[in-house]
Amino acid sequence: MKKIFVLMTLMLSFSVAAVIDVYDFETEEQEALFRTLTAELRCPKCQNNNLADSNASIAKDMRQKTYNMVVDGKEEDEIVTYWIDRFGNFVLYKPPVTLGTAILWVGPGLFILFGGLIIVRNSRRKVSVETDDRDEELSSAEKDRLAKILKDSEK
Amino acid sequence: MTNDVKKKKQLMTRLIPLIVFLCVSIFLYIGLFRDATVLESTFIGRPVPEFALNDLVEPELQHDKSVLSGKPMLLNVWATWCPTCYSEHKYLNELAEDGVYIVGMNYKDERKKALKWLDELDNPYKISLYDPDGMLGLDLGVYGAPETFFIDSKGIIQYKHVGDINPRNWNGELKAVYEQLK
Amino acid sequence: MIPEIGHFSLIVATALSFLLAIYPLIGAKINHPGMINSAKPLAIMQFLLMSLSFAVLAYSFATDDFSVGYVATNSNSLLPIQYKISAVWGGHEGSLLLWSLTLAIWTAAVAVFSRGIPKVALARVLSVMGMIAIGFNLFILLTSNPFDRTLPYLPLDGNDLNPLLQDVGLIFHPPMLYMGYVGFSVAFSFAIAALMAGRLDSAWARWSRPWTLVAWVFLTAGIALGSWWAYYELGWGGWWFWDPVENSSFMPWLAGTALIHSLAVSEKRGVFKSWTVLLSIAAFSLSLLGTFLVRSGVLVSVHAFASDPARGLFILAFLIAVVGGSLLLFAVKGSEIKSRGKYGLFSRETFLLVNNVLLIAALLVVLIGTLLPLVHKELGMGSISIGVPFFNNIFFYMIIPFAIALGVAPLLRWKKQEADLRPLFKQLAVIAVASIVLAVALPAIFADKIKIVAVIGFALAFWVIITSALEVYIRATHRHSFASGVIKLGRSHWAMVLGHVGLAMMLIGISATQNYKIEKDLRMLPGDEVVFADYLFEFERIAESNGANYEGYEAVFKVSKNGKFETVLRAEKRNYLAQRGMPMTEAAIDWGITRDLYIALGEQLKDDSWAIRIYYEPFIRFIWWGGLVMAIGGLLAVSDRRYRFVNKRVAKAQ
Repeated sequence: MKKIFVLMTLMLSFSVAAVIDVYDFETEEQEALFRTLTAELRCPKCQNNNLADSNASIAKDMRQKTYNMVVDGKEEDEIVTYWIDRFGNFVLYKPPVTLGTAILWVGPGLFILFGGLIIVRNSRRKVSVETDDRDEELSSAEKDRLAKILKDSEK
Repeated sequence: MTNDVKKKKQLMTRLIPLIVFLCVSIFLYIGLFRDATVLESTFIGRPVPEFALNDLVEPELQHDKSVLSGKPMLLNVWATWCPTCYSEHKYLNELAEDGVYIVGMNYKDERKKALKWLDELDNPYKISLYDPDGMLGLDLGVYGAPETFFIDSKGIIQYKHVGDINPRNWNGELKAVYEQLK
Repeated sequence: MIPEIGHFSLIVATALSFLLAIYPLIGAKINHPGMINSAKPLAIMQFLLMSLSFAVLAYSFATDDFSVGYVATNSNSLLPIQYKISAVWGGHEGSLLLWSLTLAIWTAAVAVFSRGIPKVALARVLSVMGMIAIGFNLFILLTSNPFDRTLPYLPLDGNDLNPLLQDVGLIFHPPMLYMGYVGFSVAFSFAIAALMAGRLDSAWARWSRPWTLVAWVFLTAGIALGSWWAYYELGWGGWWFWDPVENSSFMPWLAGTALIHSLAVSEKRGVFKSWTVLLSIAAFSLSLLGTFLVRSGVLVSVHAFASDPARGLFILAFLIAVVGGSLLLFAVKGSEIKSRGKYGLFSRETFLLVNNVLLIAALLVVLIGTLLPLVHKELGMGSISIGVPFFNNIFFYMIIPFAIALGVAPLLRWKKQEADLRPLFKQLAVIAVASIVLAVALPAIFADKIKIVAVIGFALAFWVIITSALEVYIRATHRHSFASGVIKLGRSHWAMVLGHVGLAMMLIGISATQNYKIEKDLRMLPGDEVVFADYLFEFERIAESNGANYEGYEAVFKVSKNGKFETVLRAEKRNYLAQRGMPMTEAAIDWGITRDLYIALGEQLKDDSWAIRIYYEPFIRFIWWGGLVMAIGGLLAVSDRRYRFVNKRVAKAQ
């Protein structure tokens, strides 16, 4: 078992271009909060990166400022509001719940509702749905051919 | 009769995917002619925030938000590490000579390099702010350079332009914005 | 001279696409055998010419022909040969040529391997595929030609392939994805051909299904490969970012998964036909939409190709023509499609349809989530971002009914379940309890906290696994003892089991990493050590480590668990001499069945200590292994006896 385990733990090394900032936190909650924030805040300048993954100088500044606020004891909502105040909703990966964004939830929700209704309706149908007659019935010529084939295969 | 009505209803239902698709296509078409990376400013109609920054040329001198009110002006965010700022600078000189009041904010830069630049390329700025750690930049929602804020005499930001100011966009729309500042 | 041959082949292939699109279709309309039969040779010729064109481009890369602009932009004389070849699809123009070649491959395959299909129907199918080829080939010739020359200038050397792309994962990821995207064009063409002909019998589903399955297998594998690559290459310990380009691949996958299930039902039971046709159109349409989103610059993404409004316009026009045309055809001719048969509320059909609805609802979530920022901004409502927190949250809620229904469906009969459902409910209740117990036991063993969200995920996974096992048992013991019954179970049955179990494995991996992943950024000096997740990481030493084309540092860590030695990890930081100074970090990963340990070396800090990032990722491999198991399931389904191309009469005569 140990041998298999050792065999399985292969060592691999691959390329990466991430940036690692080291911040010291007093408590685990603060560290967790910082990680959550830098993951859900978006770098205003980059090509779709969150604050944690970006090398851009604006992202570094925002990380530093976020760290300062976390260590100061600010709550998640306060910090998020701080950034939205300066950069708009763009900077948060969670969309605001407004009339304009309602379709995100309403669209799929309505689809599920209608889909469910159609399923229930179709299953309640007493009579078969219209049939494709061409599928079901054979012409008399085809019936003859079928009889001949069946007869042949019995030989 | 009802069979016909039913057939029509079914046709209408089957047309829904097509209609939805065509609506989406309109938005996709419009999107082709827009720059997806430009972020609009949250400060339009809001006053300049409080700040305390030293002057670029005279390090002892401190400025606060009062330098950004009193008359219509441009606040130009620039840096020596920004190549577009270099190409913008000459035109800013021309605008300054034409009477446009421009305040400069040197953003995340080194004082010595910035002073050398202004020395060599002329200085269009009536006042030069020095923001080495980008804190005022953050408070204004600056995310790169060059950016220019159009501020009215009450210190309210009326417009933000991302990217360089050049003859084309100045004469195109920016001049009108500036002239409308009260 | 040689690049011109490639260019010329492409032009001739385009001419053939025109012929293929028009000639057999007219032949089908007027029932002219000669024109109908021209489809197959045209498809094969098109394939041969596209292959030649592509081979010439590859040759230009292999021989460092920098007079070809595309080669100069994407290659370099020092690039290892395998990356010179993969650089062919490293940029926009070449990747489009690959797209077109892939389409030619599928078209020829359909032409050759379709003995059971009436020639008239086949002619229509191939014509539709020819129409698609026209679009892509014209796009290449008119806006994105990889054969454009730089002459009279001749660059001394090329710009080199982006270092991030110089990796084995990225050699295979695009071709597999394209095989998937383009493969859905087959189901699409079958649907369009059927709509054109005005009839859709059950045979249509039987013909379409194996092609769709193969495409789905490639797409599944391609996405899993991309995810795995992002994890080990980019150093953020994540495997999916809900980036617009990633979403562009996930949407056709969702439609494709719904489609392969819907096709199965249409084939077997003759129902859902209209829905299946719509899904066939949707899957390929989403592939095309993805192509547009990735290359037009309309959405912001790290993955996107360099954009150009002219190119975007062309693709959009093509998209509107193909998708708009097919949806119009569906609206107008869709009434010809009738489904016969009915099914009860507690039938397999119902539950398959429920999951179809959920899959498409998930598709809508991704589609709306990806496009809404664009629409929102254009409507003047400001910029918003929709990313990981939103998608993860919604998908968590949607997977719950989905996995539950998935477990139940195979246990139900077709058409109608027996009158008394109580025995089944009893079994399900027992399985539900067992799943929850196991779901609590798992984190109790490997972690220190029991998190509800994780338990739900694990419970769903165990639910799927146990119901699958029960179903196998019931099916095997239906008429035989278990041992002899199991052997008799067909491949397509095992395909279903593997497909579902693969999903369960992914659920385990996702639930574990989302909730129990540990990430630490530390400053460490040689001699320092840190403990977490029962592992002791000792920073032994740091040393210079230089290579042929780079200079750097290597940090050596000794890892032990509960006192016993586990492994040695060497994390590096390299400055490639050819690159402009951005240091590349080579992360060290110790992968295992139950966890990955991941160390990345950062910069040296002011106090001479080093920035070190360490991840502990429990069960993360299950995510990609699960994807692989799903893909294998798909392969099994295709290899089922029914799809063998042996002529049955021949076999019988022997």
